Amino acid sequence: MGSLGASATVVPRARCALACRLLLSLRMKQLCGSGTILRTGVLAMLVATVACQDNRAEAEAFRSRMTPPAPKAAPDVTSIPSDEALHATLTAPPNVPPPTQRTKPARVVVKLTVKEIEREMSDGVRYVYWTFGGTVPGSFIRVRQGDMVEFHLQNDASSTMPHNIDLHAVTGPGGGAEASFTAPGHASKFSFRALNAGLFVYHCATAPVPLHVANGMYGMILVEPPEGLPPVDREYYVMEGDFYTKGKYHAKGLQAFDMQKGIEARPTYVVFNGAEGSLLGDKALKAYVGDSVRIYFGAGGPNLTSSFHVIGEIFDRVYTEGGSNYQENVQTTMVPAGGSAIVDFKVQVPGSYPLVDHSLFRAFNQGAVGILKVEGPPNKLVFSGKEEDSLAVQEATKPEDSLKDAAFSNLTLEERIAAGKPLFMSTCASCHQAAGTGIGSTIPPLAASDFLVRNDKDRVIEVVLNGLSGPIKVNGTAFNSSMPAWNSLSNDDVANILSYVMNSWGNNKGLVSAADVARVRQGAL
Amino acid sequence: MISLTRVFRVLAAVSLVAAGASAAPSATAPPPGMKSVGPGVYRPLYAASPAEREVPVRAFYLDVKPVTNADYLSFVQAHPKWRRDRVTGLFVDEGYLSHWQAAESLGPEVRPASPVTHVSWFSAKAYCAARAARLPTEREWELAALASETSPDGSRNPEWVARILAFYATPANRPLADVGKTKPNFWGIEDLHGLAWEWIHDYGASLVASDSREKGEGQNLRFCGASGADAQDPADYASFMRVAFRSSLEASYTTARLGFRCAKDVRSAP
Repeated sequence: MGSLGASATVVPRARCALACRLLLSLRMKQLCGSGTILRTGVLAMLVATVACQDNRAEAEAFRSRMTPPAPKAAPDVTSIPSDEALHATLTAPPNVPPPTQRTKPARVVVKLTVKEIEREMSDGVRYVYWTFGGTVPGSFIRVRQGDMVEFHLQNDASSTMPHNIDLHAVTGPGGGAEASFTAPGHASKFSFRALNAGLFVYHCATAPVPLHVANGMYGMILVEPPEGLPPVDREYYVMEGDFYTKGKYHAKGLQAFDMQKGIEARPTYVVFNGAEGSLLGDKALKAYVGDSVRIYFGAGGPNLTSSFHVIGEIFDRVYTEGGSNYQENVQTTMVPAGGSAIVDFKVQVPGSYPLVDHSLFRAFNQGAVGILKVEGPPNKLVFSGKEEDSLAVQEATKPEDSLKDAAFSNLTLEERIAAGKPLFMSTCASCHQAAGTGIGSTIPPLAASDFLVRNDKDRVIEVVLNGLSGPIKVNGTAFNSSMPAWNSLSNDDVANILSYVMNSWGNNKGLVSAADVARVRQGAL
Repeated sequence: MISLTRVFRVLAAVSLVAAGASAAPSATAPPPGMKSVGPGVYRPLYAASPAEREVPVRAFYLDVKPVTNADYLSFVQAHPKWRRDRVTGLFVDEGYLSHWQAAESLGPEVRPASPVTHVSWFSAKAYCAARAARLPTEREWELAALASETSPDGSRNPEWVARILAFYATPANRPLADVGKTKPNFWGIEDLHGLAWEWIHDYGASLVASDSREKGEGQNLRFCGASGADAQDPADYASFMRVAFRSSLEASYTTARLGFRCAKDVRSAP
């Protein structure tokens, strides 16, 4: 690495040539041609890290030192497969089409329709998504190395925008972007040879590209190696994406894209599969004890990389960056924006396993949580049920906003229960679970909870507003976890959530009013 | 109904001519339904050369409102060769006027006062020619669209810029509103933003470099992430979207959100 580090600090003019060709930038060309000093650090880095034609020998030598020789069977591209064309089966996330199980390349027809649709990003929060196939991420495409893919991109007649597709699996200009550029109500066709095996991101590349991606225009295509991937029991498709809305996190109503937040990379939402709760509750991923599970994971961006982690699991294998080699025994894998990883692991203990971006504020405050629910008999030889875990704690925030809503609404118990359920699902269920069962000995149950019987309403309100850390006992089980303070919620929201919790799953504590919450909040100050 | 409106417009124009003659002897009054825009300076998103970063635009007349379904229906009635069942296939694609109930009937779903869409460049050009007018050029349209309600250049006003961007986020599945429901801009022109896309005369020039030898690089560059690299203002997302939209079109294409308005040269007074 030493030699690379040393040379990277210098930006010889000769290195410009290839960088220019890669970027196809007129401005870059002017800079190189005239030898002008590069104006921005970003450009300098780009140029510095791209090996140059003029230093080809040096680069070759470097490569031979760094990379073990890995002979790879290149696909035969001397002729187009002559058999009748196959039609690819596409699936909506989190599902994955079955393995191709083919022994030779084929012609494969892929038909994908771009649709602009309005849909929920979170409870009561709506957004206009631009999609490949009507979902975020777009339809999963599965082909085999060497396949000749005939790609049909249709842009729905109801679309406002023109769109196209850049598949990172394509060898050719723009990844197909120019060849697939399509006006609303029209369709384009192009073909490419799947030369390289791997898990590749595809995305719209119509200007302004970041906006198209920020609105959900990404998905993945798997190019299987000739021998296929090792068989597993279950395969899932998950992509992380960052979203930028005018309103704050959980602000209700139709939300417009916030350009400034996008430029500053300050997302309002960071979510799996396009919306908060896409992988929670009934939509949680499922597996049984003993299953081998594979997740095709990608980061759509437009801005963020993901520190992908499954709480309570270790990835047995990670095909890092979606490539051919795997690393073993990985806790968290880093997935670049516009990149991917294939993670394999075996589930051995029943329970709920949260999928998170381990940049934890994203998980706690922006929505990046999903659940893999594993059912089956307990396995005390692997997990005793007495282990402890703790979760990242959110710093307390000042409750100024909540104090302002002085006019407390006088909702009935039934109204508060109804309003509290969706709030509970979006705010509390990722830990306490949709049915209030908690998680093992990590997260205490709320269902038929003796904690709620032993303590009065004010104490429970206090727990929500101030959080709760340290040892407690609930229904005979000892817990030693940390619950963050939720004083950023309004009095009404806390009243609704608690009215729901205290009158569900066998609890029967009656109405919690906004005035109750306000009183406790004042007392706590 | 339409002809009555036209008569009224003509009468109004006559009185404008009379009123304007003494106030501004150097220019004739705008034709009916049009207002004078410019002169001004247009800053293209992609300048073909450094000398073209700022392009002077001469004053011209522009329709105050986009052409409506009702306007276009009377055009089709007067020029039956532009009926959807008689039009030459070279000039329109299959979507031409497909939202109408019949060749000469809007039907209950289509609002007479909303902008006509599902029209091709050829058909829009023919409509304007029938009015002794033409489609605005890109630089003319962009100059007119640069104006906020209070200034000929709204681009320095973040609130105005954000409002324009919001239009592009509105779902396409909602019916188009009627024309004339937004505030006129500085020039008195309405609905340039927030309602529908509009054809321009030179839509095909948007992505093609002036030097054909640059074409390959110029085009590639404007698709991927590099598209921001040589744009004058990489944060001008609304312009990016218009350029992208225009460059996706062929002259026979029609789409559900694409309409037009007409323009005319300003001739100096005799």
